[in-house]
Amino acid sequence: MSAIRLSPTAAILRHGVLVLTSAFILVPFVWMVSLSLKSPGEIFRATFSVLPAQFYGVENYAKAITSVPLPRYMGNGLLVCALILAAQILVCAPAAYALAKLKFWGRDFIFAMVLVGLFLPHQVLSLPLFILCYKLDILNTYLALVIPYVVSPFGIFLFRQFFKKIPNDIVHAARLDGLCELAIVWKIMVPMALPAVIAFSIFSVVAHWNDLFWPLIAVRDGNLMPAPLGIMAFKNEEAGNDYGPLMAASTLVVAPLLIAFLAAQKWFVEGMTGGSVK
Amino acid sequence: MSASLPAVSRLDQPAQTVVGTLSSRVSLPRRHSLQEAMWGWALIAPALIFLVVLFFLPVIGVFVIAFSDWQFGASSLSFVGLANFREVIFDEGFRASLINTVVYAVMVVPGTVLAGLLIALLIESSHSCRALYRAVHFLPFMATATAMAISWEALLHPTIGLINHSLAALGLPVANWLRDETTALPVLAVIGIWQNLGYAMVLFMAGLKSIPLDLYDAAEVDGADHWLDRLRTVTTPMLGPVSMFVVIVVALRAFETFDTVQILTQGGPGHSSEMLLYTIYRESFEYLRAGYGAAVAIVFLAIVVALTLLQVGRMDKRVHYQ
Repeated sequence: MSAIRLSPTAAILRHGVLVLTSAFILVPFVWMVSLSLKSPGEIFRATFSVLPAQFYGVENYAKAITSVPLPRYMGNGLLVCALILAAQILVCAPAAYALAKLKFWGRDFIFAMVLVGLFLPHQVLSLPLFILCYKLDILNTYLALVIPYVVSPFGIFLFRQFFKKIPNDIVHAARLDGLCELAIVWKIMVPMALPAVIAFSIFSVVAHWNDLFWPLIAVRDGNLMPAPLGIMAFKNEEAGNDYGPLMAASTLVVAPLLIAFLAAQKWFVEGMTGGSVK
Repeated sequence: MSASLPAVSRLDQPAQTVVGTLSSRVSLPRRHSLQEAMWGWALIAPALIFLVVLFFLPVIGVFVIAFSDWQFGASSLSFVGLANFREVIFDEGFRASLINTVVYAVMVVPGTVLAGLLIALLIESSHSCRALYRAVHFLPFMATATAMAISWEALLHPTIGLINHSLAALGLPVANWLRDETTALPVLAVIGIWQNLGYAMVLFMAGLKSIPLDLYDAAEVDGADHWLDRLRTVTTPMLGPVSMFVVIVVALRAFETFDTVQILTQGGPGHSSEMLLYTIYRESFEYLRAGYGAAVAIVFLAIVVALTLLQVGRMDKRVHYQ
């Protein structure tokens, strides 16, 4: 379609429709930021405007950070995402290399298992995983938030696709240089498949930073809650009436990913769809 | 979600995949074969163990719980056949949940796919502001659903929400959107479309890029001068397989909706906005009815597997178009 030149009428029509749909997309974001800058009195006033009449942002954001342990929630989220991602890469890259480049008995069967795992919705497994965490006595710990995700069938699948594209000659040359297979994974394959690693990292961090379902099941302790669970607890505690600080907290939770997305759009679209997923 | 992977990677890089397959056929030196096999097992062992413990044993576990009388804390269980399923099927709450999920998907899937397609076509039809529009429409897909649901709740607030303010200003009737049985589920569906249309859009944009430009030139030579003719003769038929794929991925996402239900309605009022994942969560972990929760989980799994198989079945056909 890219080669088509639009007539002036068509161009105006195109912008008209896209501005309308963009407005529909942006309203919840604008409203969230707008309320986070307003005083309670103004929020409950009958008239409204996007910009606050009286700038109340400092009070709202200060309350979101101090009266709610929001920095703690976000720190928990960051820690959990980092642990999950590190574990996933450590576990998946060698497995993907074995599936892509090595011949061994049972390889095709294991790859079939990876594909089945890829199609399993994780929520279906939550009850047995909850029992497993209970038996391991790790409920209500960071470990419970991390353990179910240490292996990612998607990660294995994506890395295998990329590793297969790396010529075997490179693997042979590395062996002649005396590298063992494990060293080939970390010194040759992973660096050469860096785009896949980045795309997968974005996919993984976005999924786990935003996840509410499993943290809701795995932790009760407010000190361990990741961001989405934390703001849900904040909302329930405030009975949804203290909108300013609640919106400030929501803005702070959404902001890191959105800023990263705007800075590295191409990578994000790739990560979320390029191998494609979710 | 993850269901889409193989198909899209094929879409993106057909040529490279073929090269990869060919070169991997050149086998490694034979004298190393035993050593190579041992390395293979050693490298895959951690992933294999975790796959078994974290995916395959839990799947078996769900079935065991669903077909037995096991309860939280029980040390023994006996199989009770379909008793849990019978309880589930005759439960009004579950039937409402299943119907709601289907109705929600029926609203979200066409809305998302058509909006995504329209927006993708419009954005790709000119270079002007292309990156900006694409970024804007993709935002909700990235944003934390829990936080955005809280913002939607403020927008939908009966007295201070922007939506009722705007409707009142236009002289239109207002509503208590999330507390009304007739509006709760449609409102969740609108939010579902809002979340997912950017995803459908980027998938369609990838599909549009994979259409060879020669086809448009050929169509023009054949007399398709108007853009509408080119849309009809080239774009629509070429996008067919991609569309089927987008429909299924969006359907999977619709069936997996949880955050907005949990934050905005808790399935209410009554059962009017209860959906399957929320039912699984509430029955399993709030009411601690393990057998009931597991039975619903299996119904949910059956739906997801059916949708996935539909997609796998379509994957081979796509090859004709490349």
